[in-house]
Amino acid sequence: MNVPAAWYLVLAAALFGIGAFGFLTRRSAIIMFMCVELMLNAVNLTFVTFSRTLSDVGGQISVFFVMVVAAAEVTVGLGIVVAVFRRRASTSVDELTEMKG
Amino acid sequence: MGHAAVLIVLLPLVGFLAILFNGKGISERATGVVGTAAVGLSFVATVTTFVLYLRHEGQVTVNLFTWLNVDTLHVPVALLIDPLALTMCLFVTGISTLIHLYSTAYMAGEKDFRKFFLYLNLFVFSMLLLVLANNLVLTFVGWEGVGVCSYWLVSYYFTKESAASAGKKAFIYNRVGDLGLLSAMFLLFTHLHTLTYVGVFQGASTLSPTMATLIVLSLLVAAAGKSAQIPLFNWLPDAMEGPTPVSALIHAATMVTAGVFLLVRMSPVLTLSADGRHVIAIIGGLTAFVAATIATAQKDIKKVLAFSTVSQIGYMVLAVGIGDYTAAIFLMVAHAFFKALLFLGSGSVIHSLHGEQDMRKMGGLAKFLPLTFPTFLLGWLTISGVPPFAGFWAKGAILSSAYSANKLLYALALLTAVLTAYYMTRLFVLTFRGEQRFAASMTDAPHESPWAMTLPLVVLAVLSVFGGVLDLPWMHAHTMATFVSGSIVSVTPLAAQSAGLQITLAVVDACAALLGLAAAFTLWRGRSERPGLELSFFEHVWRWDDAYDAVIGRPLTTVATVAGSVVEDQVIDGAVMGLAQTVTRSSVGLRKIQTGFVRHYALAMFFGLALIVVYLVARVG
Repeated sequence: MNVPAAWYLVLAAALFGIGAFGFLTRRSAIIMFMCVELMLNAVNLTFVTFSRTLSDVGGQISVFFVMVVAAAEVTVGLGIVVAVFRRRASTSVDELTEMKG
Repeated sequence: MGHAAVLIVLLPLVGFLAILFNGKGISERATGVVGTAAVGLSFVATVTTFVLYLRHEGQVTVNLFTWLNVDTLHVPVALLIDPLALTMCLFVTGISTLIHLYSTAYMAGEKDFRKFFLYLNLFVFSMLLLVLANNLVLTFVGWEGVGVCSYWLVSYYFTKESAASAGKKAFIYNRVGDLGLLSAMFLLFTHLHTLTYVGVFQGASTLSPTMATLIVLSLLVAAAGKSAQIPLFNWLPDAMEGPTPVSALIHAATMVTAGVFLLVRMSPVLTLSADGRHVIAIIGGLTAFVAATIATAQKDIKKVLAFSTVSQIGYMVLAVGIGDYTAAIFLMVAHAFFKALLFLGSGSVIHSLHGEQDMRKMGGLAKFLPLTFPTFLLGWLTISGVPPFAGFWAKGAILSSAYSANKLLYALALLTAVLTAYYMTRLFVLTFRGEQRFAASMTDAPHESPWAMTLPLVVLAVLSVFGGVLDLPWMHAHTMATFVSGSIVSVTPLAAQSAGLQITLAVVDACAALLGLAAAFTLWRGRSERPGLELSFFEHVWRWDDAYDAVIGRPLTTVATVAGSVVEDQVIDGAVMGLAQTVTRSSVGLRKIQTGFVRHYALAMFFGLALIVVYLVARVG
């Protein structure tokens, strides 16, 4: 069965939209992280799709890079979240406004 | 000969370095011996060079090394040995030696004894470099060297306010003169592409008359600055704040004649511009007269001698202007003898009175100073132009040339001669004759100075008396004129004078001198003050300083004040502060963007990205 490329792209766009919406509306840092992951993976999906249609392996290599960076980002980010949680017993980003101008 | 010539310049430099690096440990005596020996040996080297040179002809160049080599500008460090340079060297090193010897006694016990000899040796080195250089750039190095040494030595007692500002005044007036020398060099280099004297002399004939006049006038500005001529003459009297040996060496015998030397050296260029020479002659004549009138009203013994120096150099410049270069050099040498003698004599007087310089508080010193008095007497007769001393012959040569060149200038010069005899006699009478007016301020009787001070006086007195034989007019040879004219390109020679005219002029000169002498003796016998004869206008230097203050000093101060309060405060500070405030205000506004809510930043990013995407799509699609 051969699924057309457009479907993948539509799915990726939908995933990205959900991620972006969630990132902008939710307050919990954990959930915002998950939304970021969702957006990253949506992008990964488009990479793979175009890699297949254009027969260019470069797209798939980019995906590896994105996954590695995402893993690293999550490690650091979750570390910060844990540290903040220890001090405030909350992960709401709206309370973290000390750095405002 | 080349080696001896190099030694002339090198020995004072060695003396300078020896004193510089020998630390503060060595005694005054050792410093004095080293300083004097360095210059003395330089004199020996000069005499050796002179004797060896007599067998040569023309100019000898001693190349040492290349200093600058940029495109067409080649400046070697090289010495030019010719009659003019040797004549200068002989009297510069000779008199320097005597004055160094004098200073070992005069400056004994001074706080900065070592520093004094340091500067003095550096000065002699610079002066010899100036005289012996074979190109204008190297001359300029010496020119600046003597200028800066003069500045240091004038403000030697720098804790005194008057000495410090006198040094500054000398320095600034000299800078104006330097501007003249620099522009002369620029003009010469633009048109001739060389700055060596030989090259300039060879190419001089290609200069247009206007250009030659411009160069000659620039040189005149340089000479006016260094040699204290109108309009830059009033730094020299203030320079008397320096120790008396400095006044004798730098501000009477040697440095101040550098301007005249430069003009004589550049005689091939001067030849091309009759207009330029007229201006030189007029400046010289006027300076001689104006300075002589001022000298009649001064009360400080050194101030009289200082204005007398300005006046005598005026004579030399006048001689250059009318084209009698050898007479200028003759008077320069004779003047070096008698003016050094007079200054050192006045130093001896001041020394004996523990630093008193006001002639109203002197008088009757003749019997206390058995060596200073007779030597000073000879110096006085020499400068007054009484025959048969050197001054009579030297001044006579200039006066008779002036008679042939321009009757008006001759009259001015003759009047100056009367005034010279008058003010010198006044000085002499006030100092050595009449009643003793110093008793009140003195605890002990005035005493004669030590031998190191009187020996130079005796030597200089002998030179003053017999210096005339260097260039007696009736001797077939005209000894010195013939020698020096080897380095001079003369203008059309002045009309030859008949023997009868020459004798008449000589008699007139002698009468002028005796008239001044007699007048001063009659007027000043037994007097210490005559307000009617000491015009305030003359005493205050023809209000020259006031005029400069009104025309330059105060307007510039006003400009500086305005610049300080308006330009600095409002324009410059306004711009700087305005910029800083703009940045601060805009930052205060921009801070509001930083809300601290991650969501806002994310939204901004989102819209930003959306914009970029829209732009890309619009461009591609």
